[in-house]
Amino acid sequence: MEKDATGVQGPGGGDAGGDPIISVRGLDFFYGPLQVLSDISLEIPRNLVTALIGPSGCGKSTLLRCFNRMNDFNGDARLARGSIRVGGVDINGPDVDPIELRRRVGMVFQKSNPFPKSIYENVAYGLRIGGVRRKSALDEAVERSLRNAALWDEVKDRLGDSALALSGGQQQRMCIARAIAVEPDIILMDEPCSGLDPQATMRIEELIQELKEQFTIVIVTHNMQQASRCSDLTAFLHLGRLVEFAETMRIFTNPSEKRTEDYITGRFG
Amino acid sequence: MRGSVTTRSFAKGRRSFRLGEAAVISGLRCATYVILLAAGCIFVDIVRKGAPVVLMAKPPFVHMEFLTQAPQTLHVFRDEAGVERRMGELDFREYRSRVGRDVASARSYPYAGGGILPCIVGTVLLTAGSIAMAMALGMLCAIYLSEYGGSGAFIRAVRLAILNLAGVPSIVFGLFGFALFVLFFGWDVSLLAGWCTLAAMVLPVIITACEESLRAVPKTFREGALALGATRWQAIWTNVLPHALPGMLTSSILGIARVAGETAPIMFTAAFVMRDNLPWQGLRHAGDFFFQGVMALPYHIYYLSSKVPANEYTRDARYGTVLVFLVLVLAMALGSILLRARIRRSHRW
Ligand SMILES: Nc1ncnc2c1ncn2[C@@H]1O[C@H](COP(=O)(O)OP(=O)(O)O)[C@@H](O)[C@H]1O
Ligand SMILES: [Mg+2]
Repeated sequence: MEKDATGVQGPGGGDAGGDPIISVRGLDFFYGPLQVLSDISLEIPRNLVTALIGPSGCGKSTLLRCFNRMNDFNGDARLARGSIRVGGVDINGPDVDPIELRRRVGMVFQKSNPFPKSIYENVAYGLRIGGVRRKSALDEAVERSLRNAALWDEVKDRLGDSALALSGGQQQRMCIARAIAVEPDIILMDEPCSGLDPQATMRIEELIQELKEQFTIVIVTHNMQQASRCSDLTAFLHLGRLVEFAETMRIFTNPSEKRTEDYITGRFG
Repeated sequence: MRGSVTTRSFAKGRRSFRLGEAAVISGLRCATYVILLAAGCIFVDIVRKGAPVVLMAKPPFVHMEFLTQAPQTLHVFRDEAGVERRMGELDFREYRSRVGRDVASARSYPYAGGGILPCIVGTVLLTAGSIAMAMALGMLCAIYLSEYGGSGAFIRAVRLAILNLAGVPSIVFGLFGFALFVLFFGWDVSLLAGWCTLAAMVLPVIITACEESLRAVPKTFREGALALGATRWQAIWTNVLPHALPGMLTSSILGIARVAGETAPIMFTAAFVMRDNLPWQGLRHAGDFFFQGVMALPYHIYYLSSKVPANEYTRDARYGTVLVFLVLVLAMALGSILLRARIRRSHRW
């Protein structure tokens, strides 16, 4: 009922997810004078996979980076209006520690970015900087994360090798393992498969299905098949506006907006 | 029709055009040869004139006294057998007391005898200290500028200041150091004053190079760390600095050659013409170490070339010093290249 009152777009009528883990209201976002997001409102439910789709440059990455305040490091970036709540807390509020926020909201980047360290040190990185020193705790977390990321069997005998020696798909799964090692609630993925071959892409998509048991996943993709294969909800952005947000099924079979239909049928983008 | 088009487009170009091309290439090549020639001439000249002073044909192949003694007055004379002998001041005195009379034929040449140990020691100390100082300060400054600075008015002013500093002639640094460190701070002509002056001089080179190597570290290393909940400093310390360090050390190589070679900044601030004690000899407190002047190779060369009467003996001493100087600078540069290679091996990306 509150949703109706404030005009927040819930997925497909509103009863899909119960209590939303991310809730965005009336968000306007600028890079310097350039407005990149206008009046975005959406609610992302727990333990589902939400896909953000839209043509290149429409602001998907920007929106994603708002969720863990990665835009803080860009001097031009400015959140002009609106609010973002994660787990009910306004993340731009005065007593929110962005460091703590980023431990709760992990991120996997478009280009896999293994650090030039060993596989073990990569996965343990988040814990180490968080102050975990005990070897047994680190060992245990590294193994658990790599198992969760479906990489353990491939690398268990060479944890000390450089992460750069892994294949592209393995690197990206290692980055996922690195993100889940700090036990976040949410994992943001910005086109995680964009540089990968179809086989590696498929493995990551399977992984996403397994991970949604434990995590809420928001994935940016400009690959429509990927969105339809692995997401539960899909938000379509165009020119910085949220055009439609609904169950993935509905977006792809019976979108209510003409622009959505044009985009998913490949008429533009 | 088509065939003819293809044939024409693959036909050899006009003769004049090809000649022009050849002229350009040979022009470029000539310019390169000139550089090679200049470097070669300088090097060969120094080695040819300096090697006989420093090296010898029989073991240990090096004139050890040239590397282990202080400069002395050279005495040239004929002994009883009529053979020409050359002796430094100390040996000559001993010889004279042994023969028990004055040596009538002796002529003396100041600074042409003995060795250059105090100059080597002084240059090594000056270089190491000032590079350490400049690296420490330059790295901190570069980190601030490139990682935290942003692009505000203050940062622009700092950048302008660095640029200006880079354009200041070294003699001006010398006078500045003299006025500030030697007179105003009352440090006298001392190692510390020399370090500070030389450090101020190389700081722009080092800051610029450090900033460049920080910028060469991919943005994804920073972002990856930050997204895992690292603070900015944690991200820099664990994920940026280790990868920027080899590049920063390269900058120190450039700095070494510059610092070791400059005469002007040290001649009012740190260099003595002559000093009997080595820097660690005759200190009353450990702290006095920093407040003593030292001899230095470039200043010694300057002094030999312009302040003492020119003759074949000072010429020898000069070229010997130049050769040792060259080898020393190369050795220090080689040292930091090796260090960089080591660091790079453990931090590759
Ligand atoms: N750091 C930045 N500074 C200025 N403009 C930016 C920056 N990043 C992205 N933009 C602009 O914001 C718009 C949205 O970018 P982005 O969120 O990356 O789109 P998407 O991920 O959907 O392709 C684009 O027009 C882009 O040019
Ligand atoms: Mg993007």
